[in-house]
Formats: sequence, structure tokens, C-alpha cells
Amino acid sequence: MVSMELTGTSKEILSAREKGIVACTRCTKAWPMGTQVCGRCGHKLDSRDLLSLQRVWAYWVLGVLCYIPANIYPMLKTKTLFQYDESTIIGGAVELAHHGNFGIAAIILFASVVIPLGKFWAVALLAISVRHTSNLSNKRRLIMFEVVEYIGRWSMIDIFVVAILSSLVQLRTLATINPGAAAIFFALSVIFTMLSAQAFDPRLIWDKREGRGPEKT
Amino acid sequence: MPSRTVSSIYEGMRDFPPDRLASGLDHLIICPRCDAAYQLERPKNGERAVCQRCHKTLIAPRRNAGLRIIAVAVAVLVLIMGAAVLPFLTIDAAGNKNAVSILDAALAFSGGPMIFLALVTAALIIFIPMLRVILTIYVLVPVVLDRPPARHAIPAFRLSEALRPWSMAEIFAIGCAVALVKVADLAQVGFGPAFWMFGALVVLVVAQDSYMCKWSVWNSLEHPKKS
Ligand SMILES: [Zn+2]
Ligand SMILES: [Zn+2]
Repeated sequence: MVSMELTGTSKEILSAREKGIVACTRCTKAWPMGTQVCGRCGHKLDSRDLLSLQRVWAYWVLGVLCYIPANIYPMLKTKTLFQYDESTIIGGAVELAHHGNFGIAAIILFASVVIPLGKFWAVALLAISVRHTSNLSNKRRLIMFEVVEYIGRWSMIDIFVVAILSSLVQLRTLATINPGAAAIFFALSVIFTMLSAQAFDPRLIWDKREGRGPEKT
Repeated sequence: MPSRTVSSIYEGMRDFPPDRLASGLDHLIICPRCDAAYQLERPKNGERAVCQRCHKTLIAPRRNAGLRIIAVAVAVLVLIMGAAVLPFLTIDAAGNKNAVSILDAALAFSGGPMIFLALVTAALIIFIPMLRVILTIYVLVPVVLDRPPARHAIPAFRLSEALRPWSMAEIFAIGCAVALVKVADLAQVGFGPAFWMFGALVVLVVAQDSYMCKWSVWNSLEHPKKS
């Protein structure tokens, strides 16, 4: 990536807030500090949305609460000629691995366990780090935010797999697959976690944390 | 793709008196992700202006982007409608056959609280992508034709952008692949026409997003005469 030289001192990038400007996060237009609503797109202007952290935590808690039953209740109910089987998320992946499908088992485990847990951890860490002293560099926190933003939606893949299987495998007596209660909780958990991540105001990452110890970059 | 960053406003804006600041605001662009302020400098077509602090793409104009987006949007709309109702997977196990469409997949969650999941799934795979495409056409057609913006073009574009993370067609496509492997040893699985339509759709949606420069759209909605 070719990057143009800064006109000023190369280290300084000033935030709009420090210049007395409030920016629209939706359409990037600048307004004088104190403007309430963006005149271009009608978005509500907030230099820093501190209430956002409360929304982050509220959705975060809901997401975690839904994730617990999502792992306790069965995700898939499989009925074949000889047996009736209820499998949880992790149980299903283990079963796949037993049959030698390590790749798919890994995808399922990654999308339904690693990503959700990683997201809870990352969002919590981000929300804590902007309020308290933290030894996480801005760069690290930016990477965490990007990962959460881009990968979070992919957890929904498990719900889609359940939907496809349940509609496809309806072979009367031979085999049927039906969704279990965990599917609802899992979908809710993904939605709440996405809302939680969306509520986070990433501009807080670069604010100097005055009186909370030295800034580390 | 060549890219360059916009220059920092640090020097230029340092001691602007408030009244000059107000008029200078039109020449600024503020990174929506990290609040870095830059002197607005429009990149050439094919170039990107990237935030130096958080590397978010701020402006990325492409030649004839509006026209291309509209063309792709129309194609996506047709594909979504086709893919929704045509069968996309067929299964055959010992003479027991079943063919399902994407709507069938969404409606697999039926009965009691599962209705909620059916609605969410249908929305994420079909209705939200479709709504986004319709909104895009509605907003961009007048812009491309150099007409004044359509009525309520601004809230329409806002809605379209807000729905972006909730449009999950591409995730569903990968879900198909996972589901296939899961039932592969249970039965013979084949692809219906909708499967291929859906594959094309995923590629088109990605292409459309890469051509969409939000800043350019907002700018042309604000100054309709220009561009
Ligand atoms: Zn705005
Ligand atoms: Zn930035």
C-alpha cells in the first residue's frame, strides 16, 4: 500500500474531537462540536458515545446468557431406521470427528465455539480497556475490533446448516432431522453478540486515557 | 490496487478561528471508526483514500461505479427471487427423494417458538439481501441519471447501510457446503439450479460491495447537481 506523507509532523494524527469537531459516523461529514444531528444524513451526532458501553454490556450479558442453553439443549434431533439421536453443538462435532470428518468438525467447532467465546472475550476486553488502564496497545485493540466486526456474523453458519439439514433430510421412515431447542438460543446469542459489538464505539480506542496511567501505543 | 492516504489536517487546521472553521468543515473528512480528521482530498478513480490510523477505506471511487452497481443489483434481484423458490439441493436415499428450496430451508423451523427462527433465517438469507438491493437501485438510479435524488433517498440509503451486516447470503452458501458433507454418507445429494444461482449471487454481492463507495453516494446525495 502506497501511503502519502503526512503534511504535519509524521506522528500526529489529531482526532476530530480535539479540534472541536464532531463527526458523523455514518457519512463522515464534519460538524462544529455541539451539533445535534447530521445535516447530511440525519444521523444523531455524538462526539463520544459513552452510553454505548452500557448497551455493549447489556447485549453482551444477553448473548452470554443465551449461549449457555445453546450448549446444553440438543441442536439436532436425528431419527434413522434404527436409532433416535439428539446431539448438542459439541456432541455433533465430536461425532463428526469420530466418523473421520475432521475438517467439518473443525469448521463447526470453530464457528460455534471458538468464534462465540472469542467474541465474548474480545468485546469484554475492549469495553474494559477504554474505561480503565490497560496495557493493550491501540493496534492490538484495533485488530480485535476488526476481527469481531468481520468474523462475528459467521457464527450464524451453524443455524443455516441446521435449517438446511432439517428441510433436506425428511425421508419419511428412513431418516429425519429436526432442529432442537438449542438452535433458538444459539441464533439469539449470535444476534445479541452482533448488536453488542455494533454498539461499541471504536473511536474510544484512540482517546487518551487521561489520569488513567500513561498511554501505550 | 493503488491506494493513498489523505493528509492530516493537523497543520492546516491548527489555528483556525471558529468562523473560518465552520466554512472549512466542508473540506474535511473524519474517519468514522477512529475519529481521525483529514483534509479532504478526492482520490482518482481506482485509488483509495485510507485512514492512516485505523486503515479504514474512506473514499474509493471507481469509474462508472453507479452504473455497474445498478447492473449488478438488478442481476442479484433476479437471482434472489429465482434462488428462493427453485430447488437448491436434492436428496436421494433408497428411493426416498426430497428437493428443497431456500424458502423450504427457512421454513424448516416450524411450530411453536421455532417460527422465530424461520423468520430470522428467511430474513437473513432472502429478505434483507433483497431489500438492500431494491434500496440500492432506488437510491442510485437518479444519481446516475444526474437527476435530483429520489424522495427519501437519504433514509433509504441509511437503512441499506444499516442492514449490511445482517445480509448473510454468503454465509448461507458456506453452510450449504457443510450440510452436504454432513449428509454425504447418509444419502445421495445433488445440486438443484438454485444452488448455482446462489453461488453466482454470492460473487455478485461481493463485487457490488467492492464497487460501493459510501462517501461518493453521500456526497452526490448532498450535491445532486454535481457529478
Ligand atoms: Zn451524516
Ligand atoms: Zn481511522
